[in-house]
Amino acid sequence: MDGGISGDSSLDTFPKLLMRNARTRGDRPAMREKDLGIWQSWTWAETAAEIRRIACGLASLGVARDDKVVLVGDNRPRLYWSICAAQALGAVPVPVYQDAVADEMAFVIEHAEARVAIAEDQEQVDKLLAIRARIGLPKTIVYDDPRGMRNYTDEGLADFESVLAAGDEWNARRPNFLDTEIARGRGSDASVMLYTSGTTGQPKGVLLTFENVIRTAENAIRFDSLTETDEVLAYLPMAWVGDHIFSYAEAYVAGFCVSCPESGATVMTDLKEIGPSFFFAPPRIFENILTQVAIRMEDAGTVKRWMFRYFMGIAKSAGIAMMDGKQVSATGRLLYALGERLVYGPLKNALGLARMRVGYTAGEAIGPDIFDFYRSLGLNLKQLYGATETSVFICMQPDGQIKSDTVGVPAPEVDIKIEESGEVLVRSPGIFKSYYKNDAATASAKTADGFYRTGDAGYFDKDGHLKIIDRAKDVGRLSDGTLFAPKYIENKLKFFSYIKEAVAFGHGRDYVACFVSIDLEATGNWAERRGIAYASYQELAAKPEVLALVQQCVEQVNRDLSEDPALAGSQIRRFLVLHKELDADDGELTRTRKVRRGFIAERYGALVEGLYSGHDRAHIATTVTFEDGRKGRIEADLEIREAARATPAAHVELRKAG
Amino acid sequence: MSRDAPRPIGDTLLKVEDVSLGFGGVRALSGVSFDIRKGEIRAIIGPNGAGKSSMLNCINGFYQPSEGRITYKGKARGAMRPHEAARDGIARTFQNIALFRGMSTLDNIMTGRMLKMNRGFFWQCLHWGPAQSEEIEHREAVERVIDFLEIQAIRKVPVGRLPYGLQKRVELGRALAAEPELLLLDEPMAGMNLEEKEDMCRFILDVNEQFGTTIALIEHDMGVVMDISDRVVVLEYGRKIADGDPEAVKADPKVIDAYLGTGHG
Repeated sequence: MDGGISGDSSLDTFPKLLMRNARTRGDRPAMREKDLGIWQSWTWAETAAEIRRIACGLASLGVARDDKVVLVGDNRPRLYWSICAAQALGAVPVPVYQDAVADEMAFVIEHAEARVAIAEDQEQVDKLLAIRARIGLPKTIVYDDPRGMRNYTDEGLADFESVLAAGDEWNARRPNFLDTEIARGRGSDASVMLYTSGTTGQPKGVLLTFENVIRTAENAIRFDSLTETDEVLAYLPMAWVGDHIFSYAEAYVAGFCVSCPESGATVMTDLKEIGPSFFFAPPRIFENILTQVAIRMEDAGTVKRWMFRYFMGIAKSAGIAMMDGKQVSATGRLLYALGERLVYGPLKNALGLARMRVGYTAGEAIGPDIFDFYRSLGLNLKQLYGATETSVFICMQPDGQIKSDTVGVPAPEVDIKIEESGEVLVRSPGIFKSYYKNDAATASAKTADGFYRTGDAGYFDKDGHLKIIDRAKDVGRLSDGTLFAPKYIENKLKFFSYIKEAVAFGHGRDYVACFVSIDLEATGNWAERRGIAYASYQELAAKPEVLALVQQCVEQVNRDLSEDPALAGSQIRRFLVLHKELDADDGELTRTRKVRRGFIAERYGALVEGLYSGHDRAHIATTVTFEDGRKGRIEADLEIREAARATPAAHVELRKAG
Repeated sequence: MSRDAPRPIGDTLLKVEDVSLGFGGVRALSGVSFDIRKGEIRAIIGPNGAGKSSMLNCINGFYQPSEGRITYKGKARGAMRPHEAARDGIARTFQNIALFRGMSTLDNIMTGRMLKMNRGFFWQCLHWGPAQSEEIEHREAVERVIDFLEIQAIRKVPVGRLPYGLQKRVELGRALAAEPELLLLDEPMAGMNLEEKEDMCRFILDVNEQFGTTIALIEHDMGVVMDISDRVVVLEYGRKIADGDPEAVKADPKVIDAYLGTGHG
């Protein structure tokens, strides 16, 4: 592992780090991609050569210092290389969410004034062409996959191969051009612009400098002792800051290899084949994996089922304690070792987590049961807390000090202070430079002394671990003054596998009420096992049995809430089960799947009123956006139920099912 | 978006002249004539029992017309068997999926390469030397098909476990693996939901555009037929009642009477 590189002006940008990697570890793999069923690798030396071609090709298209280059597509080597190629020219790469609809993408392209866009395939090119017809940008569109593009005659369209060829020609004529450009880069230059998902209002372009990103990556690498032999699978959206740090920045700083899956649908298979040593996933992915395991175990034979249940019990009692370095009896150790042979090892291998040394989850709270499941298998899963504006890291959990309900201690070089209002303020080397073309927002997000306002409310527990309860602005009060933390309640609901999303209301109201949307897979499976027939999501969601199931979950949450004196008054009184899944295409979730509470309250106003009236039914008609972008209309008549509230004394344990 | 660019439609690839086919007393086809040009998407439509599948079966040599003549690539065809048609570059999919349910997607598509394998039984069994290098070559061709149809995720899944829409896609994959000049699709979208249909349409158009494959398809979904085909031939009770571009066929009163009904106008 390299010593400190920040402050070293020969290593203060990613293109410079690339050159270093090509020199010092030229033969080590830098990138892999599965193509035609076979993993193809590129060494650091080959990667540097490819990036040189792309950079010169972009230069031949007129890309110059401070230009913005939009990148849109799945995790593809060429898109990652294009990030570095743009940076080599002093241009700023702007990765965009690949599943964004044309409208969302148009905002970013217009705001960033991007003249050049690099697209993965025809699907993205079509969106970009539609955007260009409206706003005149991007002038040039480079595409990677020529499939279906044969008959496109639009101006300014360039095949990736032709850009590479132009790059070769450019490089032959000006052999020193690129090296000069790379040398001109400074650590204080903008390295990347990432648009925040925008839980509120329009997205904001967060400008991060090379210093921000490289220094933060360096600290994180030291924190978890990552080296050039680590392996990462790049499968999360490139537009998300987490992917940028883990699959790009840390790879360049530590020199490890990044693998791109064959397609979005093959991630689980590719995960198994690559066996990453460092794995990052939002809680939803860990939940999905666990749900899959649970469903498949239910289908397994009696012996296997018994073994699984028995050894998972052992894992729960011994495994977590062993991982935290606590005393475990000899019998416990022996049984755990046997379990590792018979159950945990094979299971980890089947999940592709056998080689995982460090795993992180962040973005949303993770259910304690889910968290414990992975840790009990001996997987070093930890939580971290971060934001785009802080180049991710704010808090991280050090080995041996893991709790499921906190996000850990401040990361290296991070100062945290908690305001009167409960809001968490952060100062670190990773704090962003500014919001692009939005000084007002920058001024309100950064304090005079360099702290960033996270907008989250939280507090430190007695061990110095930060506990986040909600967005500061969402923490409200019921009409009688009781504290109401909607996300805290929603997360508790979402920890049940049957519940996919929940939206709680209560600020300024007499009591707490909520919407629940069921998880089609888990609830559907539950229903099938009980012989409950259903034809559609809507029908399943309206089944009385399903309502009763959700009611049990809600009542369990009420019991949990009753334990905490501050929150006991905010138990859920009335709830309903939504007739459709909340969907980012309908604007109900952000692209990172956070609930947009205000928007939902408006869109489902009739239902909210129903929850706060005496009626036991409410009617709703909504328009929905189908996957192909067309709109449709669905109507439903939903039943509203009352949930029993608990007093702290009447506490009964209900185990999480499924 | 930019599909308006004209595709090269060439000369007649296959010509059906005055073809009749009878099973005992039932006349499945009587005196049907039409042609398929190189590079076009040709639809054959008609009510149930109109003789559409029989027509496809005649084209790929499964049935022998009792009268009339079929000319393929300029040569009049005598009595022939389906595998000879396949060797000549005609591949097809079936109305009821005909895959090996216990075999993986990959293996099913590999069977489409059968006729392209040169090594004999002995070498294949030995799985060594020329047979092995040949297999690598065929595997690559199959992987290209898998990539093209975006079914990487189900490469190793037994097709019996796949949903219907995907099985249909695998069947198309097997036909494509034979690198056909003429692809016959028997109701490629029957029983699919809207999304699956849209995917299938895109694949059919892409096959036609990317590889220049000539396609003849039978389909019931009029929206699909009118959208993707260049010319449509309409059969009713074994007779041809109309033939032309989709607009003309849609406007033909005989077709409206026989099949589309006024509601579909």
